[in-house]
Amino acid sequence: MTKSKERKVRPYINPYVGGVLLGLVLLAANFVSGRGLGASGAIKSTVVTAMNTVAPEASANSGFVKEFGEAHSGSPMKTWLVFEMMGVLVGGFLSGALAGRLRFKVEHSPKITSRRRLIFALAGGVLFGFGSQLGRGCTSGSALSGMAVLSLGGFVTMMAIFGTAFALAYFFRKNWI
Amino acid sequence: MGPLSVNELISENTNLFLAFIIGIGFGFVLEQSGFSSSRKLAGVFYGYDTVVLKVFFTAAITAMLGLLFFSLFGWIDLNLVYVNPTYLTSAILGGIIMGVGFIMGGYCPGTSFCGASIGKLDALVFIGGLFLGVFIFGLGYNLWEGTYMANFLGSPKVSESLGMSDGIFAFILIIIALAMFWVAEWAEKKFPREEY
Repeated sequence: MTKSKERKVRPYINPYVGGVLLGLVLLAANFVSGRGLGASGAIKSTVVTAMNTVAPEASANSGFVKEFGEAHSGSPMKTWLVFEMMGVLVGGFLSGALAGRLRFKVEHSPKITSRRRLIFALAGGVLFGFGSQLGRGCTSGSALSGMAVLSLGGFVTMMAIFGTAFALAYFFRKNWI
Repeated sequence: MGPLSVNELISENTNLFLAFIIGIGFGFVLEQSGFSSSRKLAGVFYGYDTVVLKVFFTAAITAMLGLLFFSLFGWIDLNLVYVNPTYLTSAILGGIIMGVGFIMGGYCPGTSFCGASIGKLDALVFIGGLFLGVFIFGLGYNLWEGTYMANFLGSPKVSESLGMSDGIFAFILIIIALAMFWVAEWAEKKFPREEY
């Protein structure tokens, strides 16, 4: 089987340079808004909006929605993280376009099928989504941004995320290597 | 001076506009670093690609030092910068659940949006899972509210908890990160993979 590689894909940047740039973005976020970056918060906003729209009465009684309302005034979609995540989609797309990486693809180890990859992606997403709520933020909002402001919880969450994934890596190796 | 929005130096709409711009930078840097690829991300757990560790720790240290220097120069009031609160039980439990999700799904929320933006369908399905997971948390909130609120410690800094100054802690963290980078470079040579 021959792979046709007619398009030129540019290499990724040096990871340490990428890290410094990401750090500067995070610094800018703190300088502008007084808070770091995040991702799962935007998903929470969307879920709260959906709950308010689909089942307003049940939603009004939900402790989850109430807790969100106490922390955010105004429309749940008009929050910093929602706008930031819209930017992430644009920024990722621009980078992919410049580098020649725009392509519909299910990425997986040659040892597994696309179907298996997608089932695991869905299950992983459900767990990550749930865990991000329990942990008050994901890798971006809790671990990375928390570490930058020296939050104890940020360091604890970071170690729990990476420690668990590392400890379980052996059992899921077929999916990746 | 900073943080700009907390000190009301910029309007709420400007703040949201800047959020969008900062988001573009966030997504761009993630994609340029290879965070749109799940197999590249998962590589850190097998040693064949440690880009996650390098980018993550370099970024955390850059931002941490940036904040400390900005504070030193009087450019930002660190008392106005949000320090994530510590609820010890949920920080650990949530982190463990996220860790399982990470090794199964290959993405975290931020990187999945980045992957989806360049057409990764596995990232798109992962995002579908994220919404479902957040929704399940919301539905059953009463069931785990106790766990969610348990062991609240306020918003302590790790440096305070260890009884050292922010600067000393930052210095030690840099030494630890350099040691980890050294191990990471070694691991990539030890467990190489040509194409993935």
